[in-house]
Formats: sequence, structure tokens, C-alpha cells
Amino acid sequence: MQRYLLIRFGQSLITLIGVSIIVFTLARMSGNPLDVLVPEESGPEVIEQISKLWGLDKPWHEQYIVFVTNAARGDFGNSIKWQGQKAMDLVLQRFPATLQLASLAMVVAVLLAVPIGVLSAYKKGSWMDYLGKTVALLGQSSPSFWIGIMLIWIFAVQLRLLPTSGRGEWQHMILPGVALGWFPVAAFMRLIRSSMLTALDSEYVKLARLKGVPEWKIIWKHALKNAAIPPITFFGILVARLLTGSVAIETVFAWPGVGLLALEAVNARDYQVVQAVVMIVSAIFIFMNLLVDLAYAYVDPRVRLG
Amino acid sequence: MAVGTGIAIPVKRPSTFSPAGVWRIFRRYPVFPLFILLFVLVLPAIFADVIAPYDPLEGQLSTRLSPPFWMEGGSTANWLGTDKQGRDILTRIIYGARISLMISIAGIVIGGTIGTTLGLCAAYFGGWVDSIIMRVVDTFLSMPLILLALVVVAVFGPSFFTVIGVVASLLWVGYTRQVRGESLTIKSLDFVARARVAGASHTRIMFRHILPNVVNTIIVLATLEMGSVILLESTLSFLGAGIPRPNPSWGVMVADGRDHIIAAWWIAMFPGMAIMLVVLSANLMGDWLRDQLDPKLRQV
Repeated sequence: MQRYLLIRFGQSLITLIGVSIIVFTLARMSGNPLDVLVPEESGPEVIEQISKLWGLDKPWHEQYIVFVTNAARGDFGNSIKWQGQKAMDLVLQRFPATLQLASLAMVVAVLLAVPIGVLSAYKKGSWMDYLGKTVALLGQSSPSFWIGIMLIWIFAVQLRLLPTSGRGEWQHMILPGVALGWFPVAAFMRLIRSSMLTALDSEYVKLARLKGVPEWKIIWKHALKNAAIPPITFFGILVARLLTGSVAIETVFAWPGVGLLALEAVNARDYQVVQAVVMIVSAIFIFMNLLVDLAYAYVDPRVRLG
Repeated sequence: MAVGTGIAIPVKRPSTFSPAGVWRIFRRYPVFPLFILLFVLVLPAIFADVIAPYDPLEGQLSTRLSPPFWMEGGSTANWLGTDKQGRDILTRIIYGARISLMISIAGIVIGGTIGTTLGLCAAYFGGWVDSIIMRVVDTFLSMPLILLALVVVAVFGPSFFTVIGVVASLLWVGYTRQVRGESLTIKSLDFVARARVAGASHTRIMFRHILPNVVNTIIVLATLEMGSVILLESTLSFLGAGIPRPNPSWGVMVADGRDHIIAAWWIAMFPGMAIMLVVLSANLMGDWLRDQLDPKLRQV
């Protein structure tokens, strides 16, 4: 386990370095990095300050060292769009909103996916199964930003039940939560269905039936417990994806999270903030992936020894 | 003893002309997905200039925000209505098919070629070549790619070629993993060793002897990925990081419709439906092809 831990940790570090190289190179690929790092209309003192911060007068390998040390200290410079704010602080301020939305989407996904997945495995080939398959197919095929807009149209514009956008009361969370949870429901459900099918076909389920255990107990206790391992590991990956992949949904609902910040920064060509968002979110994403793998190795010895 | 096995009851084979026979064809072949892909994506993309009733970029200000034909105030002049600048929605959806099709073909061909070549190299040469390639693949798999795509667009600006580049750089990973995995088994087969003895070069063995044996996988993967490429392109375009305005990308159209959702829901509704139908069909088509050509992939 220690050896596996060490290797896996090293891999995550390499990935993070990979991301930093990509972010570093992209800013310098178009020739003069000042073109990317500084918006056209900024004055000479801003240019001066930025080229000093990133050591732009030095050779490129020293620039990279400067970049990494700055990033490790959490110093990504000052934002240009949001005057007087540190890029890092901006990301940290926006993070709770993203976290809130992602957790809600997760709850929506689990509440919908578990019953549908279990029932469609239990009644394989029935209308329930077809319903489940349709949900999964539609979920994987529909663009989430469009689902979001359609939800706004139905529930906010036509029925006037919920607010259209922004963050405030609990009503504001429902539509973005559902729109963001839409895709994971599909993925989650397919996983639960397939692992439930294997579990229901096993010997211990047959034995439980012979013993006369009530059918609901067999499904929800005996089989589901064993079928839950693959979905749980997927859960971690999903959280990472929801935290990073909510750019479109946050844009649709004007939800002031990290994704919207990234987009606003890109549109304002505020590369200091863009760098900060990408590095921090990547670190979280990579860390979540690491946690998932470690959890998996802990549960399944074949992974760590293989 | 198997529980729940029933006695097989002989079923009378229905003739091809009965409704049951038609239903069987529908279940056995992907008729619906093929139909959608052909009539919503491929044919409009090829014949956009011929079938589209109007110009996709020039609107008529006299018919701004007119609703679809079945609604009050709508007319058959603009079947699906018009947008704020008086451009015909149907026309723009037809031209949008061209963008979706071109991006997905270009992205899949470029990404697929790079990915397949790297996968073949990793499997064939093994050793440090394999280690390096697979490490890069792992790195790509554990990155938040939408955000990196945004960075790329922030640097290079949104354009047709940026989108193709982003798509290709996201896609190659899947091919490398799959092709490497399959080539590893094929590499150890007898005919590869014989080809080497016969004096075939590394390139020849990789592309003439191993590649033909993994081509089914590549085709299945390409079809399965078509849906996700179209989704990715439309998401990027929706965010303003994909196809630049005023080009009629479906994602751009949904973004345009977002601001008018209260007064003119049709601007966002129809292009989104086009995306959904096409992606759905591509996924169904991919599932079907996979079952036909390469059942091994089913676990993927």
C-alpha cells in the first residue's frame, strides 16, 4: 500500500506540473507574453508591475521557476478586471458558491439515480428499465446549457414558480442544481444498473431468497450494498467533474461561482485570474482523482498489488 | 440449478409485412438514428445552399422575432420563426449542421490519427516510449479540460481552427489507450514475428500488419465520440469560446436565444433540439456499431 501510495502521489504531482507547463507555455506561445498577460489599454505602470512579477526580462527557464514559486505561494498577481483584488482571493471568494451548487447537483443525482438504477436492474426488460434507459440516453445527449435555459423557460417564465437566475434564497438553487445534476444522473444510473445486475445474479441473493428473506430486503440491503462499490468510486470523480465542469451552468444562471469567474476573466483577457482559476481548480481536480484511486486501492487489493 | 428458466415456447415467425416485422427491423437496425443523422446533420450540411430558404447571416428587419408558423403571428415564410435580427431560424440550423459536421469530422480525424499512431507506437516499442506516452495520457485524463480549452481560447482567440485544435487535443487520449490495449495482444501473435523475420520495417509492421486488426475499434470509437464532440463544440460556442459570431453554430444560436427567452423562446429551443437529436442519434448509432463490430468494447 505504501508503495502504491508513493507512486500514485508522484503521478499526481507530475500531472500538476504538466498543467503548470501548459498554462505557462500558452501565455508565452503567442510571442510576447505581455500581449496575453496585459490587456491592450493598460498603462505603463501595469506593464511594469506584471513583467516584474513574472520575471519577464529573464530567460524562459528562470521565468518558469518564478511562475511555479509564485503559484506555490498562491500569488497570481492582481486582477486587471476587478481592480485592487488579488487573483487568488477572487477564486477563493467564488469557491463556496460553486461548492454549494455541486453538492446540490450530487444530491439530485443520487436521489434520482439510485432508485431508477436499482429498479431497472431488478425489473430488467420492463417499462421501468426502458424508462431508465431513456433517461440515461437523454441525459447523455442533451447539452446542459440548453436544459438550463429550457428549465428557466418552463419554471420561471411560463409557470412563474422559481427565479430565473442569480444567487440568493433557496429557490435560486433549484433550477441550476437540477440542470447540473442532469448529466450525472444518467452516468450514475447506468453504473448502478450494471453493478446491480451482477449482484442480483449472485449466489448470496439466491440463498437469501431460499431462506425466505423478504424481496425488498434482498434488493435494498443485500444486493445494493455489494453493488455500491463501483458507483461510490465514480462518485469521487463526479464531484471533481462537477466542481470544474459547471462553467456553462453558472453562465446560464448567472451563478457567481468559479466557472463564471473563469469565463468573465477569459472575456476580459484577465490572464492573471485565468491562471489562478486553472491552477487551483486543476489542483483540486487532481487531488480528488488521487483520493478516489486511494479509496479504490483500499477497498480492492488487486489495484494496489497489480 | 438455474432459477427462473422457463420452457421455450415455439414462436411463429411473423412475416416481413406485418407490423411486428416492421417493428423487428426497427429493433435490429438503427433506423431512427440513421434517419436523424441523415436528415438533420449530413444532408443539410452538404446541401445547405440549395435547401435553405434564406441567407444565414443577413436578416430582414421587417420580420424580426416572428414566431414559428403554428403560432399567432407566425407564417410559413419562416417555419421556425426568426431571431432578433430577422434571420430565419431554420436556415441557420441548416447552415449550423455544416459547422457541427465539419468540426466533428476534422477533430475526430486529427485526434484519431495522432491518438492511433501514438497508441501503436506505445504498444509496439514498449519500454520507455510506452512509459512516456502513457504518462502523458494519464496527465491529460486528470485535467479539467473545459477550463484548459478556455485558456487556449483566451490566448489564441475564438476561431474555427482553435475549436478543431481543442477537440483534437481532447480526443487523442481515448484512441491511444484503446489502440495500445488491443495492439499489445496482436503484437505478440505469430504473424507479427514472421513479418519481422521477413524483414518488414517497424513502420510497415505497425501500419500494415497491426493497424488493420484494430481498425474496427477505431471506427466504433469515432462514432461514439461524434456525439461528445458536437456537445463540446456547442458548449464552447455557447460560452463564446468556440465558433465566433455571426456564424450559425447551434451553440451560438442557443446563446443568442438566451437573452430573449421571455419573449421569443423559439430562438433557443430549436437549435438545442437539433443538438440533442443529433447527439442522441450518434450515441445510438455508436452503440449499435459497437455491438456489431466490436462487442469487447461494451465494458468501456
